[in-house]
Amino acid sequence: MNNEALLQLLNTWAEGLETEENAQYLNVRVPAAQLHDFAFRLKNDEATSFDYLFCLSGVDWPEYMEVVYHLESTKHGHCMVLKSRTDGREDPRLDTVCDIWPTADAHEREAFDMFGIRFNNHPDLRRLLLTDDWEGYPMRKDYKDEINMIEL
Amino acid sequence: MSDQLDLAPATDLLTSQEYFVNMGPQHPSTHGVLRLVLTIDGEIIRKVEPHIGYIHRSIEKMCEKDTYRQIVHLTDRMDYLSCHINNEAVCLAVEQALQIEVPERVKVIRTIVDELTRLASHQLWWGVMGMDLGAITSFLYGFRDREMINDIFEETCGARLTMNYNVPGGLMFDIHPNFQKRTKDFVEHFKTKLPEYDQLLSDNPIFRARTEGIGYMSKEDAIAYGVTGPSGRASGFACDVRKRHPYGMYSQVEFKEILMTDGDCFARYKARILEMWESLRIIEQLIDNIPEGEFQAPTKQVIKLPKGEFYQRVETARGDFGVYIISDGNKSPYRLKFRSPGFSNLFVLDLVARGSKLADLVAIMSTFDYVMPDIDR
Repeated sequence: MNNEALLQLLNTWAEGLETEENAQYLNVRVPAAQLHDFAFRLKNDEATSFDYLFCLSGVDWPEYMEVVYHLESTKHGHCMVLKSRTDGREDPRLDTVCDIWPTADAHEREAFDMFGIRFNNHPDLRRLLLTDDWEGYPMRKDYKDEINMIEL
Repeated sequence: MSDQLDLAPATDLLTSQEYFVNMGPQHPSTHGVLRLVLTIDGEIIRKVEPHIGYIHRSIEKMCEKDTYRQIVHLTDRMDYLSCHINNEAVCLAVEQALQIEVPERVKVIRTIVDELTRLASHQLWWGVMGMDLGAITSFLYGFRDREMINDIFEETCGARLTMNYNVPGGLMFDIHPNFQKRTKDFVEHFKTKLPEYDQLLSDNPIFRARTEGIGYMSKEDAIAYGVTGPSGRASGFACDVRKRHPYGMYSQVEFKEILMTDGDCFARYKARILEMWESLRIIEQLIDNIPEGEFQAPTKQVIKLPKGEFYQRVETARGDFGVYIISDGNKSPYRLKFRSPGFSNLFVLDLVARGSKLADLVAIMSTFDYVMPDIDR
């Protein structure tokens, strides 16, 4: 399915989708409240069947946190980018998608470890790369560590 | 006297209990510093929990302070066995963002170097795989042949590990005058040696008994867990980036995407052996046809990417490697994410290893070909 047809279809599924022009892949931003249902449908609907989540990244923006999901369909061969914003930076929360794409389990743990994004209903949300007693979330823009970080 | 002895009934003595065992972080067959917390019942694995981060250097955070030219040289510290391919991923992302068309000569050389890197990685994997299962000879064979590729790279770019040859816009310098001859010599040499690999391990009854039917992964699981590279293709997941999203010269050369259906350790092993033949085929098609021309497209000294998001995928020796750059228009990225294939491949281990014997875990890990710096980043 090409990007226009895909976007047309997705617009019938949910209200309030935002897209970005001139992006490499089709970019769709879905409100956090609809994220889980929307992702579930993206994977399980015959027309989209995005079954392969190849990248999940957290991003720290000044006002909010964002999680970016790169998706590909092994059946149709099309790709898209799904994004969702958290409500503020203080206690960023999003629903987990690891019941939809099992690979998200580890990727979400990494996003929690590095950005402090809490994924609701995640079965085992713990630090992944850092030690359990680490303080702070290093990939946040305001993170300070005078011992381990060298400022030039 | 005897009636005071309170002996436990025989059945209680024979019941076993689940217990934890740490495998690693310094276990030789973990291929780096990986700790696996195993829940085992006798010899049977009930659960595998990977603990990673021992070699985490926060490369993504470092990238936010570095220029795009510097970032290239961090990527070969991740998967050091696919160094040239990782470097190329960043270069391609930058070239895509700046819409630079690199000369044909660069594309051909990059593709040859990629395939040599893949061969060297698979040779090392093959040697280590045999050693993990108790066959020291294979290690020596693998390293003997890898040495020839290392010599070619040493002459080309001056290093034997953590090599750098790709830069945004092209190559650091042109190929060495000996490059073509030595590569052709290597291809001829390795074509006679690759059948030896089959004789030594593939057809070895002990080796086959330890790999056939062990560590099965279905195609659905491979897709769901994002297991790519030869490991995914051994389960039938057609995930070769060189075929799906071609870059370099891959759309113009003939090669087969190795797909298998067995999904066990032996299939993953065989997939890599067959992939080596395909790599040789690609090199043979290109090595005599390197077009004349520049080895670099003109680029500015300080590279600033336009505002936007850029994603570049390449096929490393371990699978689908991705670079995701969010640029705010400055000389450093606002956010840079590396999608490393090993990371996704690692977390399927629990699913694959459950129910198998402890000794088989070594075989399973070996066929997934983990490189820890690639996973920890």
